[in-house]
Amino acid sequence: METLNQLAHGFSVAFTPVNLMWCLLGTTLGTAIGVLPGLGPALTIALLLPITYQVAPEASFILFAGIYYGAMYGGSTTSILLNTPGESATIVTALEGNRMARSGRGGAALATSAIGSFVAGTIGTLGVAFLAPIVVKFALAFGPAEYFSLMVLAFITVSAVLGSSSVRGLTSLFAGFVIGMIGVDLQTGQPRFTFGMGELLDGVDVIIVAVGLFAVGETLYMASRRYAGKDEIVPLKGSLYMTAAEWGRSWKAWLRGAAIGFPIGAMPAGGAEIPTFLSYAIEKKLSKHKEEFGTVGAIEGVAGPEAANNASAAGVLVPMLTLGLPTSATAAIMLSAFQSYGINPGPLLLTTQANLVWGLIASLFIANVILVILNLPLIGLWVRLLKIPAPQLYAGILVFATVGTYGISQSPIDLVILYLLGAAGFLMRRFDFPTAPVIIGMILGPLAETQFRRAMTISNGDWSVFYTHKLSLTLLTLAFIGLAGPHIWAFIEHRRRRGPENVPGDA
Amino acid sequence: MSTSDQQEPPRHLAMPELLIGIGLLACAAAVAWQTLAIPVSPLYSKVGPTVFPYLTMTGMLVLSLLLIVAALRGGWQPAEEKETPTDWKAMGFVAAGLVANLLLIHPLGFTAASVIMFVLICYGFGSKHPLRDALLGLILALAAYFGFARALGVNIGAGFIENPLNTVINAIIGMARG
Repeated sequence: METLNQLAHGFSVAFTPVNLMWCLLGTTLGTAIGVLPGLGPALTIALLLPITYQVAPEASFILFAGIYYGAMYGGSTTSILLNTPGESATIVTALEGNRMARSGRGGAALATSAIGSFVAGTIGTLGVAFLAPIVVKFALAFGPAEYFSLMVLAFITVSAVLGSSSVRGLTSLFAGFVIGMIGVDLQTGQPRFTFGMGELLDGVDVIIVAVGLFAVGETLYMASRRYAGKDEIVPLKGSLYMTAAEWGRSWKAWLRGAAIGFPIGAMPAGGAEIPTFLSYAIEKKLSKHKEEFGTVGAIEGVAGPEAANNASAAGVLVPMLTLGLPTSATAAIMLSAFQSYGINPGPLLLTTQANLVWGLIASLFIANVILVILNLPLIGLWVRLLKIPAPQLYAGILVFATVGTYGISQSPIDLVILYLLGAAGFLMRRFDFPTAPVIIGMILGPLAETQFRRAMTISNGDWSVFYTHKLSLTLLTLAFIGLAGPHIWAFIEHRRRRGPENVPGDA
Repeated sequence: MSTSDQQEPPRHLAMPELLIGIGLLACAAAVAWQTLAIPVSPLYSKVGPTVFPYLTMTGMLVLSLLLIVAALRGGWQPAEEKETPTDWKAMGFVAAGLVANLLLIHPLGFTAASVIMFVLICYGFGSKHPLRDALLGLILALAAYFGFARALGVNIGAGFIENPLNTVINAIIGMARG
C-alpha cells in the first residue's frame, strides 16, 4: 500500500505540464537517437549533462529516463528495417525482425516490438516501483565492506561475464579506473595521475570520455570500415495491425520476455544481451512455427527479445536508484547526473528524494504510453530518419561532440583529450574491447575506492573485514565464480562459440 | 588459456594485437610512475591514496601480459574485421577535420571551425558536394550554437560569425523588452 501511495504522489509530480513536456521531449529525442545508428542513450545523456545546471532534478531525470526508454524503442526499428542493430540490446531483434521485414511482414514486426516493449516496459516499471523499497530494506544493513564487495561483483559481471572476452572486458574496466582516479584525491587532497598538468586537477569529465569513446571513436571506426559494404533499408510493407494469430503468438512471448528481462536487469549485473539471447532461445524452443526461424522470420523471435530488452532496461534502474550501482554505461552517466546535483543514490534516496524517485518512476509509465504512440502511428517519421546519409550524420555528430566538450571550459586541452580518447575508442572498436566498462569503471571506481578506504579505516587497516563479514564474503565468492567459472566451464566443455559481438552505436 | 590450444597448429603471432598488449604494458608503467609520484602522508599509511592505484597497476600488468600471450597465440581479431581492409583515406580526412577544428576553434570561433570540420568529414565519408555540405554544416553549427549552447547556458567559443549574430539577437531581445 505504501508503494501505491508513493506512486500516486509520483504521478502528481509527473503530471505537471512542465514535466509532461520534458517526458515528451525525452521520449521523442530518445526514439530519434535510438533509430539513428551511431548515436546511443549514453552519448546523448552525456551531451545533455549541462542541463543539470539549469533545471530541477525532477525535470532532468524525467528527460534522461525518456531518452533511455525511447532509445530502446527506436533501436528496434533500425534492427528490423536496416538489419544494423541501433543498440547492442536489439541485436537479437534484428535476427528475426529483419527477416520478417524482407518477407513483407515488417509492419507486424514493428507492431509486436512496439507493443511488446510497452507491455514489458510497464511490467518492468511496476517491478521497479515494488522491488525498490524491498531492496532498500535489505541495503540498509550494508556497511562499507559489503558495498565494496557488491561493487566488485558488479565490476566482474559487467566486464568479465558479459561480452566476448573477460581479459578485454577487464582491460576496459581498469582503463576506466585510471581515468576515474585522475585529479585530486578527495580524502587526502593529493593530486593523482595529473602528469603535472594543472588542467587535470579537476579530473576528466565523464562527458569527454563518453563523447570520445562513443562519438569520435565510432566515427573513426565507421570511416575506416567504408569497404565493408552497406545494409539496405527494407521498405516498410504490410499493415501495422497484427492478425489474431500474430497476437496469439506474441502475447505469451511478451510476458515470458518480461519475466526473463526484469530479474536479470535488476541484478547487480545488468546488461540486456543475456536476457535477449535467453528469450530468443526459449521462444525458438517453444514455438510451434520453428520452420519460420531463420527463414521468413518468426514473430515470437521479435516479441520475446524486445520485451526482455525493455524489461531489463527497467530492471537496471533498481540497483541504480537503491544502491547507487550503475550496471550500464547509460546508468553510469545518469549516476554522474545525480552527483552533479549533489545527490548520492543509495538506500536513503527513496526517502530523502521521494519526489524525484517516485516522479521519475511515474514518468516512466507515461513515457511508455507516449512511446507506443510515437512508434506505431508515427513510424513513418522515424523511417525517414533512417535515410539521413552517413557522411552528414557522422559529421553532424562530431559538431555536437565539439559543443559538448568545448562547452565545459573552452579549453583546447579538453579537445586534445577528447581526440586521444577517440583514437582509443577506435582501437577498442576495431579490436573488440567493450567500451561500456570504461564508463562504469570511471564512475563507480572512485565510489568503490571510497567504500574500500572507509571499510579499512573502520577496521583499522585489517583486510579481514572483506571476508569475515558473511554477506561480503558471499558477494566476493560470487564475483570469483563469475570470473573463474566460465574458464573452468570452457576447460571442461572446450571452446564454445563467441558471445555477442559489439555492434554499431553501442553507446 | 585452455590446454586445447596446444594441439592446434602453431599460429602466427598477431602484430597489431601484440602492439596493443605492449601499449597496455606501457600504460601500466605510466600508472606505476604516477603512483610513485603521489606524496603519502604517514597519517594515511594504511589506506592512503596509493592503495587503489597500486591495485589498478597490478591488474593492468597482469592483463597486459595475458593480452601479449593471446597475441603470440594468433590474436583475437574477428575474421570479419581482419578481412575488411581499413579505409585509411577516409580516416585521414576525418582526423584532418578533427585537427582543423582543434586548431581553428579559438581563432575563428565555433561555427567557422565546425563548418570546416563538417566538410572534411563528409568528404572523408565519400560525399561529393563540398559546397552543399558547407551550407549544411553552417546551418547545423548555428543551430547547435543558438539552440543547444545558448539554451543550455553552455558557453562555447564565439567567433566572427557568432559575434555579429549575437549582437543582433541581443538587440532584438532588448527591443522586445522595450
